[in-house]
Amino acid sequence: MADTAVHDAVAEHDDHGHATSTGLSNNKLAMWLFLGSECLLFGGLISTYMLYRGRHTANLGPDQVWDIPFTSASSFVLLMSSLTMVLAVTAAKRKDDRNTNLWLTVTAILGSLFVAGQVYEFTSFYREGLGYTTSLFSSSFYTLTGFHGVHVSIGVIMLLATVGMILKNRIPGDKAEVVELVGLYWHFVDIVWILIFTLVYLIPA
Amino acid sequence: MAPIEKPAPATTPAVATPSSSYGVFRRPVESTGWKSWLFTIDHKKIGIMYGAVALFFFLVGGFEALLIRLQLAGPNGTILSADKYNQMFTMHATTMVFLFVMPMAAAFANYFVPLQIGARDVAFPRINAFGFWCFLGGGLFLNTSWLLGGAADGGWFMYAPNSSIPFSPTNGIDFWGLGLQITGIASLTGAINLIVTVINMRAPGMSLMKMPIFTWMILVVQFLLLFAIPVITVALFLLMFQRNFDATFFTVEAGADPLLWQHLFWIFGHPEVYILILPAFGIVSEVLPVFSKKPLFGYPLVVFSGCAIGFVGWGVWAHHMFASGIGPISVAVFSVSTMAIAIPTGVKIVNWTMTLWGGKLTYTTAMMFSIGLIVEFTIGGLSGVTHAVAPSDTQQTDTYYIVAHFHYVLFGGAIMGIFSGLYYWWPKMFGKLLSEKLGKWNFWTMIVGMNLTFGPMHIIGLQGQPRRMYVWTEARAGEGFFNLGFWNLVSSIGAFILGAGVLLFFINVLITSRRPERAPLDPWDARSLEWMTTSPPKEHNFDVIPTVGHLDEFFHRKYEDRGEGDHHDFHQVATAEAILAEQEANAEAHIHMPSPSYWPILLAFSLPVMAYGIIFNLLLIPVGAAIALGSMFGWSLEPHTASAGDYDPPAPDGSAELEVSTHG
Amino acid sequence: MSTETAHATEHDEANHDHWSDLSYVRLALALALITAIEVAISYKVDELGAVFLPLLLGLMLVKFFSVVLFFMHLKFDNRLFSLMFYLGLGLAVAVYAAMLFTFRFFGS
Repeated sequence: MADTAVHDAVAEHDDHGHATSTGLSNNKLAMWLFLGSECLLFGGLISTYMLYRGRHTANLGPDQVWDIPFTSASSFVLLMSSLTMVLAVTAAKRKDDRNTNLWLTVTAILGSLFVAGQVYEFTSFYREGLGYTTSLFSSSFYTLTGFHGVHVSIGVIMLLATVGMILKNRIPGDKAEVVELVGLYWHFVDIVWILIFTLVYLIPA
Repeated sequence: MAPIEKPAPATTPAVATPSSSYGVFRRPVESTGWKSWLFTIDHKKIGIMYGAVALFFFLVGGFEALLIRLQLAGPNGTILSADKYNQMFTMHATTMVFLFVMPMAAAFANYFVPLQIGARDVAFPRINAFGFWCFLGGGLFLNTSWLLGGAADGGWFMYAPNSSIPFSPTNGIDFWGLGLQITGIASLTGAINLIVTVINMRAPGMSLMKMPIFTWMILVVQFLLLFAIPVITVALFLLMFQRNFDATFFTVEAGADPLLWQHLFWIFGHPEVYILILPAFGIVSEVLPVFSKKPLFGYPLVVFSGCAIGFVGWGVWAHHMFASGIGPISVAVFSVSTMAIAIPTGVKIVNWTMTLWGGKLTYTTAMMFSIGLIVEFTIGGLSGVTHAVAPSDTQQTDTYYIVAHFHYVLFGGAIMGIFSGLYYWWPKMFGKLLSEKLGKWNFWTMIVGMNLTFGPMHIIGLQGQPRRMYVWTEARAGEGFFNLGFWNLVSSIGAFILGAGVLLFFINVLITSRRPERAPLDPWDARSLEWMTTSPPKEHNFDVIPTVGHLDEFFHRKYEDRGEGDHHDFHQVATAEAILAEQEANAEAHIHMPSPSYWPILLAFSLPVMAYGIIFNLLLIPVGAAIALGSMFGWSLEPHTASAGDYDPPAPDGSAELEVSTHG
Repeated sequence: MSTETAHATEHDEANHDHWSDLSYVRLALALALITAIEVAISYKVDELGAVFLPLLLGLMLVKFFSVVLFFMHLKFDNRLFSLMFYLGLGLAVAVYAAMLFTFRFFGS
């Protein structure tokens, strides 16, 4: 029976290495369910944007305000943060705390860089006259990318918290799994940006 | 009884040494007294709290309904002003849907899913507690709007742009939106928790197709919640940005499509309808076999049709919008899908009827409520199919005919199911049987009341009385049999009979709680695992985690099939008492249960604080956020069980399979 | 159930062996390259005509699923995780596409 096949490698943590009916980790299953649910959240926001992207004031539409080279650079930063996240996960699986922390920190820095880029982008759009309530296009754009930015920021907090907890050795349960879960969330935020970058920025309205 | 590595509930008050994770505070490990409820993470206590709060909101929502019916009992009603009337029907629906039926299902799910699958708790006990406190906080927050400038007044589906500031300048709709966001968090976390519980924490041998049908339906419902809640979250955020930050998502003058709200709302709203009804379907599918002394007819079909309802339920939302001009292709597609969803529903009705067929029926109150569901829900289902026909729906839209329909499916369906469950499971939850005599009175007054209340609404509606009108006038009431005045009066009288019926239930509870007699261990000769333990169950549910070989495992432990081939001939080989005694004799040593925690209630408390901040003073938001962040860190640093010194030292052989999940 | 578990452990081992850090770096570079191509394409809307949109969306999907399948391990992990995620993803695409269809979004 599955219940005897404890797959967890952390038998020493007796409050964690329990058997489950499928042999899968409860936490990981929960994270995937949450990400499945998030698909409908971002789907709604993206659809709202797609519906309203053409409804803007004469000279402040997507084609006028976008700064594609800049956004491409920040997209590249977020994409690379996915790589550093993966490196953190593999280091955590090797039980290599030093490299785990190193890559988690790099990921957090790249994430912060992305958020900083978004703040800069919003500010420059605002200076050009594109406020939150200027048009349906601007409202739906800021709402969508704002939600994404909040997700990234939460991710950065999670990454830094994980680093702190690893340093102080305060993670209850399986360390590698915690890193993996943060990683799943982080990659999800990245794939949402992959969609946003193409659908919002690259397709002309 | 098993030696539990935890301060035994009844014997000694918990003594805990300060745990390092809190600094000055010690962990709340008490298992009696008010603290044991406030900080509990026991799924049974959380289930009872869900139920108690839901029933309280049921009374609130019922009171609002009675005011509505008083207003409409005669022409030119003066009980409520137009404004108050708008708030009343909005809050009646919101309360009944989000604060009664959904949490009542959560109550049963929390209490019985772990028991039915032979688990000791849910997968994430602390998240479970967090969900409950979110629901309570959100519900109270929503209702404080009555005292803070007026409640929401846009109808429960809050159509935009009617819900924007110019048409509804009070804070009511802000309270509504934020309150639903908070209860939405409860539903979402609950959904993830219960799905993981059902997938991962079943007793050995319980494959998916050996799961009790109630657990199955709850599983489907949790998937619906998982995917529907984010959609309403988007809609509510857009509405909040529109109302509080001057966005124009639904403002037609700014070029917006107000239908966007309708789509988002109903993409959530139609799965929501099945979220309300499927738990009731699950309950009657448990109750009917027990009181027919037969297994559920076509168990796999009931499972699959439940899944099919859940799935097709995602493709029918636009039938709420046939009158909004979505175009002939859309209307045709959604018309067909709506008719299609009647098929799996019909399959269930047939299966229940076939379960009754040839059975040895016992007409207990629980059974009568279940049969009541079959009859009343079928009536509501049939009027529902008439809405699927788009031309006929155009005539019915926004009339009392719609009101009649959804009260037949929700009162005649969901609430009948809930009452069936209450009567059926009361002895399991509290160890006492509700009075059957009073129960029959309860049932018949509710049945008579509901048919008198909602039956005439079919006529009123087809005669053209719109829903949500705060008065009707004699001049336009019509004559003879179809006189609106007569039927409105009948409906109002019915509502009070219905109210009396509901009150009988609470009287029954009161009387039962004062009686000393304990219920027998297995009063109904039940079939599923939740009856294979004490009533009420021990904190760790089972002394031995059962190994499951059959669907209806408990029944098969009590009865042996001596028939040959297809002929079944069941003989009782064991009593419930004997099975329990055997379990207790072989009790597992060292059962670890997770310890209570401060953090869930604290984290949940931060949400209404932030919500009040959005409405009244933005400075409250950082305060709430700080509480939230602090409790999240406290939460993630907290060990799953209180420090080792509080418990017996673990056995050297510490077998891993006895562990229950302790993290959230 | 037990077969499922066997699968899980099998996959677990496979995924440790198959992908070294170097392969992740290679994949990331490939994704960066695709992003660059995407950006380049976006400056050639008129030249590409009818090919533009399918090409751009195709590249987007390649990136999307590369991250999902490899960075998020879905390709090697238990199928149950895939089920949970794709159920949400599929529903999202279906309902929102249908919604946009009723707004005649795709005609224009």
